Amino acid sequence: MLKYSTAKSIVILSSLSLLLAALSFLCLSIGGVRIPIKEVFLSLVGNNGESSDLIVMQFRLPRIVAALLIGAALAVSGALLQGVIRNPLGSPDLLGVTGGASVAVVAFMTLFTGYSIHWVPVIAICGAFIVAFTNYALAWKKGISPFRLVLIGLGISTAMGALTLFLLISGPAYLTAQVLNWMTGSIYGTNWTYIQALWPWIAVFIPLSMVFAKDLNVQSLGEEAAIGLGVRLQLSRMAILFICVALAGAAVGIAGTLSFIGLLAPHIARKLAGQSYPILIPVSAFIGAIILLLADLAGRTLFQPLDIPAGIFTAGVGAPFFMYLLFKRKAV
Amino acid sequence: MALGMENRRRKLYGLAFGVILLLISMVISILFGLHRFDINDLWQAYRHFDGSNEHLIITTTRVPRALIAAAVGASLAIAGAIMQVLTKNPLASPSLFGINSGAVLFIVIGLAAYGSSLTMSGMIWIAFAGAAITSLFVFTLGVQGTGGFDSIKLTLAGASVAAFASSITSGIILINKDSLDSALFWMVGSVSGRKLDHLVIVAPYLAIGLLIALLLSGSLNVMALGDDSAKSLGQRMMLVRMLSALAVVLLAGSAVSAAGPIAFVGLIVPHLCRSIVGNDHRWLLPYCALSGAVLLVIADIVSRFVLMPKEVPVGVTTALIGVPFLIYVARRRRHA
Repeated sequence: MLKYSTAKSIVILSSLSLLLAALSFLCLSIGGVRIPIKEVFLSLVGNNGESSDLIVMQFRLPRIVAALLIGAALAVSGALLQGVIRNPLGSPDLLGVTGGASVAVVAFMTLFTGYSIHWVPVIAICGAFIVAFTNYALAWKKGISPFRLVLIGLGISTAMGALTLFLLISGPAYLTAQVLNWMTGSIYGTNWTYIQALWPWIAVFIPLSMVFAKDLNVQSLGEEAAIGLGVRLQLSRMAILFICVALAGAAVGIAGTLSFIGLLAPHIARKLAGQSYPILIPVSAFIGAIILLLADLAGRTLFQPLDIPAGIFTAGVGAPFFMYLLFKRKAV
Repeated sequence: MALGMENRRRKLYGLAFGVILLLISMVISILFGLHRFDINDLWQAYRHFDGSNEHLIITTTRVPRALIAAAVGASLAIAGAIMQVLTKNPLASPSLFGINSGAVLFIVIGLAAYGSSLTMSGMIWIAFAGAAITSLFVFTLGVQGTGGFDSIKLTLAGASVAAFASSITSGIILINKDSLDSALFWMVGSVSGRKLDHLVIVAPYLAIGLLIALLLSGSLNVMALGDDSAKSLGQRMMLVRMLSALAVVLLAGSAVSAAGPIAFVGLIVPHLCRSIVGNDHRWLLPYCALSGAVLLVIADIVSRFVLMPKEVPVGVTTALIGVPFLIYVARRRRHA
């Protein structure tokens, strides 16, 4: 039985990585200027010498790498959150985490000029933490109820949206367009500096989440079972929430509010790979990366020469999916 | 009986007090702002209009603004109160259930398709269509599966409809490269920079919505008792429901086409008024209308002064006031 599931996981993960690689190549080749796959490959290994080198290496590749990292971070964050609150409706944006990160970043952008991009993930994570904590504290009333958490998260997200707009208006006019574009969730204009600021967070926290994957399996049996099986429940729950907030915060810091990926990806992953977290987390990461890659591809090719923020596509697909989930379940 | 008379008198006094409060806040709204006037200027501007800048500001921006704020606040509050009875959900309101965002989405689509050739009255019909389709959609989702309105599901469905509509809205705005000002207007809602014409065109629909609401207030009382008692009291539930939904669409739709999506007025005001006058809708609805108007006029005055000389859209102010209130309501719920 174990052997079978291991074999199955290997098959799923390797086919997902193949799919991801193929998609990435496709994304490198399609766009305002079409570059043949062969040239893309030559540029990547550094033997092309054509003008397409610049497009592939400086414009498209950073954007694709960013989409992969951010998609994966959001998806893992969503998977962890759904595991901890044991409710499939959980996702970082519904809990106000992304809203908090946005406010912090917009405040930072408008109050300090000439900032370094390296600070943005840190600021976003701080904002995400403050808001996540507030939300948790406000939803606490003799214990946490997932509904109250989601309802209050909804309110807090709205407040954060209003606060963001407030900051936007109070700031200088030239920033407005930039911030507005960032807010809709876009990886347009990403360059290698952004990636440098982003990757350490992902590289630390996704592997760390794997450490807690077994704990999540036990927790899914229920609180009492978890305590009975020797999991230090409160501690591991806090650690997992910490990772979840850090991942979502870092992603939001770079890309703005990309809604619903954290909700969508774990669900698809569960359909593919089942409930076990050690396999669910990596599969979610892959799915998240694929979703964002596709959303970004749609954003930059469908309305050429305009570049539509990927967040619009993720919300366009994610919100109906959320409604479907809501009504497929008899009791929420 | 004497007690009933006493109670009735007190409620009437309350209404009169509300009217006075509304008048005072509207006068303050007209007189104060970046440019200050005194009451004499206001008088002169209408009696002896001399075309000076002061008189122009008063007649073309301040007065319309105060009137629009009052009308929009009143209609959102009544729409919220009706929705809360209709769905038996204390969180129901045009903004939280996505009706505002749906109307905005339709307007923005209309603007993108027809551009400047879209007339104001065309826009109102589009807003009504948007409000109607979204509320139909949210309500249908809400009754799916479980026999009645499931309040948590309904709230979450409304929230996701709102998220969906507003992301498509910002997408369309970005594709059309509209000026940022109008983009912000359709994203948060504001009562500034609107002409009196807007209100005049919307007014008949508002009035019809208001009239339906007030006529229904007795039936709403029966509906609040629950479906079974309503049926046994001979209430024609389906008709009442349809008419209340129509009133919500008319009120919310015209509010959106006049001022954009303004959050939380429809949520806060009915709760406050219920704690003052109780659950009798014959009193509740007029109270809601007055308090909603006062709230929005005052919120508009506040948003002028926060970032002087810039203005904060009033939708931002109402959202910031409204969220603590939402959290309070969500925490107080017994269920969940």
